[in-house]
Amino acid sequence: MPFFQEIILNLKHYWAERGCIIQEPYDVEVGAGTMVAETFLRVLGPQPYRVAYVQPSRRPADGRYGDNPNRLYKHSQLQVILKPSPEDVIEQYLGSLEAIGIDLRHHDIKFEEDNWEAPTLGAWGIGWQVMLDGLEISQFTYFQQCGGIDLDVVPAELTYGLERLTAFLQVKDSVYDIEWAPGFTYGDVRYLDELQYSVYNFEMADIPTLWKLFELHEGEAARLLRAYDPDAPDKMRFPLLPTYDQVLKCSNLFNTLDARGAISVTERQVVMGRVRRLAVAVAAAWIDQQLARSRAEAAQ
Amino acid sequence: MSVPFLLEIGTEEIPDWMIPGALSNLRLLFEKLEIPYESVALDATPRRLVLRAEGLPERQPDSEERVVGPAKSAPAQAVAGFARKHGVQPENLVIETTPKGQYYSFVKKIEGRWIKHILAERLPELILQIYFPKTMYWTGKGGPRFIRPIRWIVALLGEDIVPFELAGVRSGAITSGHRRLGAREIGVTIADYERRLGDNYVILSAEQRRQKVAGEMAGVRVKPDPALLETLVYITEFPTAITGNFDTQFLELPEEVLITVMRHHQKYFSVEDAHGKLAPQFVAVMNIDADREGFVCRGNERVLRARFNDARFFWETDQKKKLADRVEDLNAVTFLKDLNERGSYGHKVARMVSMLGGDPLAERAAELSKCDLTTELVKEFTELQGVVGGLYARAQGEPEAVWRAIYDHYKPESMEDSIPRNREGQMVSIADKIDTLRSCFRVGLVPTGSRDPYALRRAAQGVVKILVEGEVKIPVIELLKNNEQLIAFFEDRVRFYFKDVRGFKYDDVNAAMAAGWSDLKDLESRLVRIQRLRPTPDFEPLAASFKRIRNILEQANFNQPIEFNPGLLEPGPEKDLYEEYLRIAGQPIENVISRLRPKVDLFFDKVLVNAPQPEVRQNRLMLLFELRNEFSKVADFSEIVTNS
Repeated sequence: MPFFQEIILNLKHYWAERGCIIQEPYDVEVGAGTMVAETFLRVLGPQPYRVAYVQPSRRPADGRYGDNPNRLYKHSQLQVILKPSPEDVIEQYLGSLEAIGIDLRHHDIKFEEDNWEAPTLGAWGIGWQVMLDGLEISQFTYFQQCGGIDLDVVPAELTYGLERLTAFLQVKDSVYDIEWAPGFTYGDVRYLDELQYSVYNFEMADIPTLWKLFELHEGEAARLLRAYDPDAPDKMRFPLLPTYDQVLKCSNLFNTLDARGAISVTERQVVMGRVRRLAVAVAAAWIDQQLARSRAEAAQ
Repeated sequence: MSVPFLLEIGTEEIPDWMIPGALSNLRLLFEKLEIPYESVALDATPRRLVLRAEGLPERQPDSEERVVGPAKSAPAQAVAGFARKHGVQPENLVIETTPKGQYYSFVKKIEGRWIKHILAERLPELILQIYFPKTMYWTGKGGPRFIRPIRWIVALLGEDIVPFELAGVRSGAITSGHRRLGAREIGVTIADYERRLGDNYVILSAEQRRQKVAGEMAGVRVKPDPALLETLVYITEFPTAITGNFDTQFLELPEEVLITVMRHHQKYFSVEDAHGKLAPQFVAVMNIDADREGFVCRGNERVLRARFNDARFFWETDQKKKLADRVEDLNAVTFLKDLNERGSYGHKVARMVSMLGGDPLAERAAELSKCDLTTELVKEFTELQGVVGGLYARAQGEPEAVWRAIYDHYKPESMEDSIPRNREGQMVSIADKIDTLRSCFRVGLVPTGSRDPYALRRAAQGVVKILVEGEVKIPVIELLKNNEQLIAFFEDRVRFYFKDVRGFKYDDVNAAMAAGWSDLKDLESRLVRIQRLRPTPDFEPLAASFKRIRNILEQANFNQPIEFNPGLLEPGPEKDLYEEYLRIAGQPIENVISRLRPKVDLFFDKVLVNAPQPEVRQNRLMLLFELRNEFSKVADFSEIVTNS
């Protein structure tokens, strides 16, 4: 019975063998691995890319004070991007499950239609949720659009819900009973995160402060985007990656305000639209910048 | 010699619900190739769409075509040019005489093409034309679009491969088996194709998969669910049913919740005990041959336990705040954002209550009807909206009339669905749907063509169904508040309901509706009367006469009654008709049709309506006008399409 960390290590190893860069988690709060620039920006443009990383994904509204055995404020996704998607991508994916000890001749795997969409990123794709013996363990998506832009090359995105997968393999009814490493359960490592962030997100986060922060980050992103000049000869220097960090901050603050009950349903659409506009603008600038880079490389 | 044909489009997993439609579309596209065949059969699994046809020719027959060139009078140079262009000797041209004159022409022999070549040319396009509700690209921007990536293609005509390439895939004779139980590459011929697939754990025929599952469930008292069975048949290549159990303690939760979790979230069949009550069991359908180690069964049982625990947690949490205490919260839930400040569910509910004419139970039900939208259980299981509200209302001591009304108020959700069981539920359902319709129409969200994102047609049909089949007596027009666009929309829905749902003849429906459709129950009873009357011998001739009357009146522009003067009547057919009219007026048409018809016939036979004297003419028109009015109360018979 593999430990949580062994499952992660095995999956990373498996994808490293298939040509993926193994990245470390991004250090800005995100709601999903897709939001990290390694996915959001790298899927744009024609350059091939292959990357895998574990991304702690924060969803303030999903917190349950550590009481619910299946729901977490912060869960861990293994995110794999294969750009372009290889022809045998599903076989490769199934192989990864076998690599962590699931004998698929004795388990029931089904691919059920599930088209993924992230409105705040202007992103969507076609795909499935992958069901293992009735449990959703992965999301499999062929990206079609990102930042509101049709993609030149279609990447496959594989997202594994690591806690679920491990609970399944270790036959645990509660996430907190997962054995993370010899002598340490998931609860030992993460319980306080769940409890304290739930208290903060639902009870103690100061709404005016969060709004102020949201506006500061939004303002900074907007200021930078205004300063981006596609005609500037040295535009490669322009800090689009830091600009995108500001957008991620906005997104996380929005989610926290939402969990705190500070955003009415009508406001929701409006605020999501504000985040989306920034994300889309970064994507457009990024494509412009990359185009300049590939031209410069071609010229050399 | 005739040959069989096999086309297998190998893909990644296609959404189950799109497969049957794609197959009938594929058949249609194949027929449009206009290649003769004796029989065609279609099959599919989630990973393949298959067309097999028998009796195709190997070659098209040779044919001839007459090519017409310059006129006989044309200069010799032009004639020579024509001959050269077509590769014929000028002396082989003949003179063809046509209605337009004489022309040079010759008969061109067209050699029949090999069917294999035609197929190779047309199949790539044909495959990409198969209609799917949502498609994707995968080879790069601008690449071909299909429902999911195409990974292999088998295309065989007799022994030969029909060679073509699509999305980087070359057609061939190699198929693929079950993802884990079969071989990845399997060479096939048309003759052994289905058997080879079977050997590799792919049951090609949906009917065989259905039978297999049905047979394996035969020992268990499964709640019949044909739609779920179809889903499972098209989500598996080798389905096998297994039975699992859950803890009886969960049976304390409402059956509706348990069944929804099993059916919608886990795709399980639920099981009943001998008394028809839910049993602590379920049937899952796997996509493998057996569960030898019991892994699949135990895995599914654990998933279900977690799901049920969630549901119980929500059920208990929600009970801490009564529905009645959630009414205020609805002001923060958007119903339709285009309505701006009136767009919340709070406002919607207020509008619904005001429509209910002071009925206290219906008003209470309407007030609470949307409160379950703020509960955790409905947030998790949205398809249980209404039902959950009803269950909570019952648990919180609301009267039966109220909780049942809340429970049912989304009904009917389709034309096959039943209407709410009690009068209050019918009233709330109508108020809900009418408010949705009025609100959407007010801000211009009107369905166009196939686009109806707010399901307004379904809402309007629901109202029609309730008004016809239920206990609520409200003239439908009164609900529509003189909104002409909405009235026209409803008129279509009423027509659709009686024609397509109830199966009345379209011209019967037109005739009955032309006599008014405000009271739908009355409309229904008039339709039944027309339906009975229609086969009687006097009906169609009388209908034809009424059409004639209508035309005469229209031509004469006679649409206002005038003073009628019996003194101007001519003795004979005209007077007879009038006297008959006086005797039978006011009686049901069924009782008098056999007396009326001969008089009308004779009138038209013998009497000239367009009499030279204006006062006689006007008097006759008035007689017809009166006749038509009197006997058009059941239906406007001039709308009946007759054979005569």
